[in-house]
Amino acid sequence: MMGFLFRFASPQAFYRLAGQIIPWLVGIGTLLTLAGLWIGFFIAPTDAQQGEGYRIIFLHVPASWMSMIIFMAMALWSFLGLTFKTRLSGMMTSALAPTGAIFAFLSLWTGAMWGKPMWGAWWVWDARLTSELILFFLYLGYIALTSAIENPARRDKAGSIWSLVGSINVPIIYFSVIWWNTLHQGASVSVTKAPSMAHQMLIAMLLMSLAFWAYSIAIAFYRVRTIILQREYDAHWVQSLPEAQ
Amino acid sequence: MNAFLAILRRDLRVAMKRKVEVLSGLFFYLVVATLFPLAIGSDLDILRKIAPGILWVGALLSSMLTLGRLFEADWQDGTLEQLVLTPHNLSLLVLAKILAHWLLCSLPLVLMSSILGLMFDLPLDYAWVMMATLLLGTPILSCLGAIASALTLGLRGGGVLISLLVLPLYVPVLVFGTGAVESLAAGLGVQAYFSILLAILLPALFFSPWACAQALRVALE
Amino acid sequence: MNWNSWSEFFLMGGYAFYVWGSVIVTFALLAIEVLWVLNARGSALEWVKAQRSISE
Repeated sequence: MMGFLFRFASPQAFYRLAGQIIPWLVGIGTLLTLAGLWIGFFIAPTDAQQGEGYRIIFLHVPASWMSMIIFMAMALWSFLGLTFKTRLSGMMTSALAPTGAIFAFLSLWTGAMWGKPMWGAWWVWDARLTSELILFFLYLGYIALTSAIENPARRDKAGSIWSLVGSINVPIIYFSVIWWNTLHQGASVSVTKAPSMAHQMLIAMLLMSLAFWAYSIAIAFYRVRTIILQREYDAHWVQSLPEAQ
Repeated sequence: MNAFLAILRRDLRVAMKRKVEVLSGLFFYLVVATLFPLAIGSDLDILRKIAPGILWVGALLSSMLTLGRLFEADWQDGTLEQLVLTPHNLSLLVLAKILAHWLLCSLPLVLMSSILGLMFDLPLDYAWVMMATLLLGTPILSCLGAIASALTLGLRGGGVLISLLVLPLYVPVLVFGTGAVESLAAGLGVQAYFSILLAILLPALFFSPWACAQALRVALE
Repeated sequence: MNWNSWSEFFLMGGYAFYVWGSVIVTFALLAIEVLWVLNARGSALEWVKAQRSISE
């Protein structure tokens, strides 16, 4: 089993595998998106308190989840890379980062878009949004660090170390922000508290989350294939690729 | 242990020759603390309320600015490579460097915060709590910042990059540090805050030198 | 089906700016990311070809 998995740790094998998987993910992702948006915008009923404005959660919640899942995935790849010293792991970690950062930003954007009509302000310092903002900064830090290092081996290892350090701190940060928020909270309720959910809403949210997940994997695979091309350019198998003729 | 003390003594001696670096951090803290009343106004009620936050953030920023130089001097003159190559435990040597840096740069900030508290008319018992949280918190900041400093060794844009990396990680320390004073103001206990800070400090002291050692090896390859 | 007409759908019960503001920015950013990634691959392939001509 490990032998089977380790085969795909070679950039060449992974390049081919990822290339085969990507079209499937694109197809699945597209279907999930269409289904999710259909149910979310056409089937799910109007919310009693928030009217039609609540429909933003079909984008906000999946974006938040993905921003957190991707950060954890980066930590996992970092751990694997530092433990087994595989080059591919570092490449995957940096391939995931931009997508994670984008989802973190979208979570903040849609959160603000949701908060303004509901609570009157573009930004209220509620615990979830504040933690999401810090997560966004963590992504930017990783991207800044890896962009500043030219040597690929050093870049991968340094990025992996920092990804792990960040991930270990995320629960502490989250906990501290919740603590901080309850300290300073008046009677205000969390902006990102979802309305009590009809089951169509839950289904739509789930479909959109899976859609974003498929998208993230597809984009990360696509990006890592490009990174592999850049790193392994003088390998014979790269030179003889059909797309490189 | 001898190696630990040797590095500690050496770093302290070297820094004493370059007092400017140590004093500039202190001066930065003073200036920042002065800017806020100038910006916000001299209403003592407001200043008293915001004092713990400002004094904490000021100390945090000042200690962050000096962290960039933690490994730089040794790296530039080749001492760092020697340290990595010695048979001694690199983590231990790094801990010595972090301790030296903290004694030189952060401990003065902790002491100065009480004086700055006067500028904000901060009551004495609040000032004590604030100093205690800074005493527990600044070593955590040093430990976390040291990792960033090790990772960014020799990179362009080092100082700003360290700030960007490390500020998100500083948030819990800041929250619990200032939270203690808030809690005191609300008439509640501060015990929990010190416990939490200690609970963060001890693993940090253990984990950070090790992570720094890994990062230094990566940077020096 | 919730909507009696297309115009009702676009109005989103008065929340049009916020809902569509979210939808548009989300899909725009993701589309930009896709284009970026496609472009990066193209550049990488060009570069690989160029490296081969250099070594030949």
